[in-house]
Amino acid sequence: MISTILVVGGLGALLALLLFLVAKKFYVEEDPRIDEVEKILPGANCGGCGFAGCRAMSEALVSRDDISALYCPVGGGDCMKRIAEYLGKAVAEKEPMVAVVRCAGSCDNRPRTNQYNGAQSCLIASSLYAGNTGCSFGCIGLGDCTLKCEFDALHMNPVTGLPEVDEEKCTACGACVKACPKMIIELRKKAPKGRKIYVSCVSKAKGAVARKACKVACIGCGKCAKVCPFDAITVENNLAYIDFTKCKMCRKCVLECPTGAIVEYGFPPRKVVESEPQQTAKAE
Amino acid sequence: MKTFPIGGIHPSDCKEYSKGAAIEQFPIPATVTIPLSQHIGAPAVACVAKGDKVLVGQVIANAGGFVSSPIHSSVSGTVVAVEPKADAQGNMKPTITIAVEGDEWMESIDRSEAVVKNINLTKEEIIAKVSEMGIVGMGGATFPTHVKLSVPAGKKAECLIINAVECEPYLTADYRVMLEQGDKLIVGARILAKAIGVDKIYIGIENNKPDAIAHLRKLAAVYVEVEIVPLKMRYPQGGEKQLIAAVTGREVPSGGLPIDVGAVVQNVGTALAVYEAVMKNKPLFERVVTVTGSRLASPKNLLVRIGTPMSALIEYCGGMENVGKVVAGGPMMGRAVSNVDAPVTKGTSGVLLIPTEESLRKVEGSCIRCAKCVEACPMGLEPYLLNSLTQLGDYEALEAHYMADCIECGCCTFSCPSYLPLLDWVRIGKAEVMKRIRERAMAKK
Repeated sequence: MISTILVVGGLGALLALLLFLVAKKFYVEEDPRIDEVEKILPGANCGGCGFAGCRAMSEALVSRDDISALYCPVGGGDCMKRIAEYLGKAVAEKEPMVAVVRCAGSCDNRPRTNQYNGAQSCLIASSLYAGNTGCSFGCIGLGDCTLKCEFDALHMNPVTGLPEVDEEKCTACGACVKACPKMIIELRKKAPKGRKIYVSCVSKAKGAVARKACKVACIGCGKCAKVCPFDAITVENNLAYIDFTKCKMCRKCVLECPTGAIVEYGFPPRKVVESEPQQTAKAE
Repeated sequence: MKTFPIGGIHPSDCKEYSKGAAIEQFPIPATVTIPLSQHIGAPAVACVAKGDKVLVGQVIANAGGFVSSPIHSSVSGTVVAVEPKADAQGNMKPTITIAVEGDEWMESIDRSEAVVKNINLTKEEIIAKVSEMGIVGMGGATFPTHVKLSVPAGKKAECLIINAVECEPYLTADYRVMLEQGDKLIVGARILAKAIGVDKIYIGIENNKPDAIAHLRKLAAVYVEVEIVPLKMRYPQGGEKQLIAAVTGREVPSGGLPIDVGAVVQNVGTALAVYEAVMKNKPLFERVVTVTGSRLASPKNLLVRIGTPMSALIEYCGGMENVGKVVAGGPMMGRAVSNVDAPVTKGTSGVLLIPTEESLRKVEGSCIRCAKCVEACPMGLEPYLLNSLTQLGDYEALEAHYMADCIECGCCTFSCPSYLPLLDWVRIGKAEVMKRIRERAMAKK
């Protein structure tokens, strides 16, 4: 009995000593700050920063002298500020962003011209043909973006056949932007109260062609660019684009757009009736 | 009987619908829309403008580079538009639209029926003529023929193989050409042989066309250099590398070209077009198109002017109810058409109408690791692996597994018992790998 305890206990002690010595001998010198920084990072391992995961990002944050080019879109400004305090380095300040789907080609707005029966992937469908509507630029609706979202922030709306972004959950990691073969999804500045104004169309087709394919297509008429007091709107290749860094959300362009391609979200209802756009502009 | 050594499948050939129909001249439509890119390589550059009068056979677009081909008007009339229009897949591509007035041919074209058999031109003259007349590979790949005939320095061609296999189910255009214009076809083959400087011509034909084999044997009896090689029916025997392996027993190395084993392969349609270009001065502006389908009222083989809308051909053949899918080309390698008003091009070998119940894809299952796709792959690849590596985005591993050797024949998808869209994914992966290979080659330069 005693001999058993001695043998097993002794063996245990011997092996523990051996493990201790080996651990000492092969100890990997690692900056302890890497662990600390990793704890501050959200731990989503989404790859939105451009690194393989949060660990790789924290290694880069600790090892590089200039970290102004690094940014965690998921943690955002708060997280980067805490890292900056901890490491004593200057970090980039970015405004929070959110993914925006720039296509409003629902089944009502954009009639289907044929049925797609192939592999259920936007990437494959777009490599095979122009799409199942008259518009060859718009959303294909097979949901590659929703599959790539790690945060459960993108879902296909079965009624419209278009993906919808859940702003609460979206971290602007950019995975959906990369996944979309039609390059419809864009990261735009996140305004308070979820306010948004953008051109919900990416069609570069000529006005008549675009309009025939989709009721809410941008026809590139340029009315919005003329009415914009901040030079935020440019029209190129029959398509208007609102530069979110210049846009002050005055909403003049929304009223001006003849097809309704410019959309607004999160604003209170307008006080003046829409038939008098001039007064609305003054009221703003 | 000879065939290629590995892989391959045996789909039902379905040629009975249209094989008995003699080639018919399709009436000239009121307008034609001629795309500027009907070949692999740089698109042609339009050299006519709106309002110009053109004749049949007149050049309307010049070649945009060495690997490119000029385009000739297929009708006489007035150019009404030079603008992008939707192609068969709905993508906007530059085209020239011509309103037809009469049928006035260029005077240089010899319209007599007599078959000219003496080849008086030199090698260089033949290649120049082929290039000038806009001849491209008519089996479907549409690679400019003059490029294939220009044997690179340091390489030597030993034989010419005429691809008379037509292994795609349903299609019978080449078969009808062999039966009806076999004499011209053999002259065309001899012209091609002279251009590449070889004195051996093999004509490979599958054994599902015994009458074509017998007919060509009879015609070729007077030429010692021409040998008809009957082949055991198997898809994709019409693939260039498979045909070379079947006829000569030589294997084209990975990443290599047929010329590396001394072979040049040309299609039956191309040989006929070369005969007409060299002997009759006739540019490539019309081609034989098989319009077929199991329920089509009257399947036909039609001689169609390039630029005729496919919908006109379907209507001419009596149309069909309950069309599920229209395919340009054969069912294996052809592409589904979303815009039937798109024009027939130099590469349109057939228009196939598939009824709804046959056109629907079966529900995808999971890979059960049965390796049927590996067995079927004629290039000896592992499609199941290429499929999953593409979905993972591991392009380095894809390249290491010879992704670039895929010929996109579709044997993997055809043989998969779980109905996985293997070829769809493999094509995505191949496009990416090819892009990387090209970028590397550019960087080296």
